[in-house]
Amino acid sequence: MIRFDKVVKRFGDNVVLRELDFQVRPGEHVCLIGPSGSGKTTILRLLMTLERVDSGTIDVGGECLTHMQHRGKRVPADEKHLRTVRKRIGMVFQQFNLFPNMKVLQNLTEAPVRVLGLSRDQAEQRALELLEMVGLRDRADAHPSQLSGGQQQRVAIARALAMHPDVLLLDEVTSALDPELVADVLNVLKDIAKTTDITMLIVTHEMGFAQDVADRVLMFDQGRVVEQAAPGKLFTDPDQQRTRDFLRAVLERR
Amino acid sequence: MNDKWSWDYVAEILPDLLRGLLVTVQATALGAILAYALGLVLALLRRSQIPVLSQLTWAFIEVIRSTPLLVHIYFVFNVLPQFGITLSPLTSGVLAIGVHYACYTAEVYRAGIDGVPRGQWEACTALSLPRGRVWTAVILPQAIPRVLPALGNYTISMYKEVPLMFAIGVLDIVGRAQEAASESFRAVEPYTIAGLFFLALSYPAGVLVRRLERRVGYAQ
Ligand SMILES: Nc1ncnc2c1ncn2[C@@H]1O[C@H](COP(=O)(O)OP(=O)(O)OP(=O)(O)O)[C@@H](O)[C@H]1O
Ligand SMILES: [Mg+2]
Repeated sequence: MIRFDKVVKRFGDNVVLRELDFQVRPGEHVCLIGPSGSGKTTILRLLMTLERVDSGTIDVGGECLTHMQHRGKRVPADEKHLRTVRKRIGMVFQQFNLFPNMKVLQNLTEAPVRVLGLSRDQAEQRALELLEMVGLRDRADAHPSQLSGGQQQRVAIARALAMHPDVLLLDEVTSALDPELVADVLNVLKDIAKTTDITMLIVTHEMGFAQDVADRVLMFDQGRVVEQAAPGKLFTDPDQQRTRDFLRAVLERR
Repeated sequence: MNDKWSWDYVAEILPDLLRGLLVTVQATALGAILAYALGLVLALLRRSQIPVLSQLTWAFIEVIRSTPLLVHIYFVFNVLPQFGITLSPLTSGVLAIGVHYACYTAEVYRAGIDGVPRGQWEACTALSLPRGRVWTAVILPQAIPRVLPALGNYTISMYKEVPLMFAIGVLDIVGRAQEAASESFRAVEPYTIAGLFFLALSYPAGVLVRRLERRVGYAQ
């Protein structure tokens, strides 16, 4: 479903991803863990086309995201090409990024109506189903500012799902939340992982959650995959010293 | 010449001064609408992906901001006719003041647009929203409330600068006062009343804008 092939990403002199290779199968749930600055967010932002690769290629669902054919030559993707591939991907941000000028319901219907071409009725019905799923059906008429952080994040998840993405990117979606609000959001995500076949790429520091939902955990450091394994193996018996150190540091922090 | 304040004289000139007030308010309103609309267009052109367009816009804004409104008023009224565009004094004045202030409101809009958090743009990208909707449904609805106080302040400035149009024969408040004063050789009453007219609208408008500023401040 997702394939990174020798992807290099730099910010100035700072090489963030160094010839990164990895693949994700359709429907797979992959957690990305690693120390701060190791490039986890950058990977998701490249997939969401919020950043561009410096070299290498990214494929999503058999289509190349980073390049396109132009007059028989392979050239960097232009905005039009990016638009077509981007539609299959959804993202949930650490800071929610709901549209504060719209009510909750309109946050969920805007893109389905404008991008997928649903009628307003269809879009609203689907939005209410999704709000039901995240436990917020009765807040459809609220403004985002009237919701708690945890509620806003659940709305943001519903908003991403309203676009029927094949791939869902989640970047530390609970780290801006008060501790008592984290569980509700994680439960919603577990529910999605269980009941849909959406491919999920999850950056998280919640190791218990990763253990529950991940098919595979990738440990990153300095823009490379240090180690990858099923969560049961990686969390209890990692091969690399680097992974052991990182997991110990995370456990101590809590 | 009688130095004492004469209410009879006031009653005599008041209708003309009120007619002048109407012209001033009209010129301000029309000029402001032009300044709000054109300012937004300039702000968007300034952000254009096409370098020539954004550079030309930048140059235009800088030229206008570096030259006096009076010159723009004379320019529209006296120079444009040579290119076959002849406008009435009031229309010329409105066009000049509207374009002049558009170059200031453009800056206001730019700041308002820059004030919308980057995450809002990124959410739009993540949802594949088309560019037009990004602006009309997400960015501008968040940027414009923040810029209303600044637009209000510029509107008050415009109101006070309309008298410059007297230079091309627009009979605004000051124009009417000047006429009355030169006909009767009495200057105290017309200019005092003219001043009061300005005060009577500018001051409450200023209070309103400051209240708006506080509300917008809270909203953020
Ligand atoms: N827009 C940018 N401009 C310059 N440098 C950037 C930018 N975005 C990220 N970086 C740098 O890239 C590196 C990787 O950042 P990234 O956000 O991907 O790390 P991360 O693994 O998500 O870290 P964290 O756990 O703190 O979120 C960091 O050194 C960061 O400073
Ligand atoms: Mg990050």
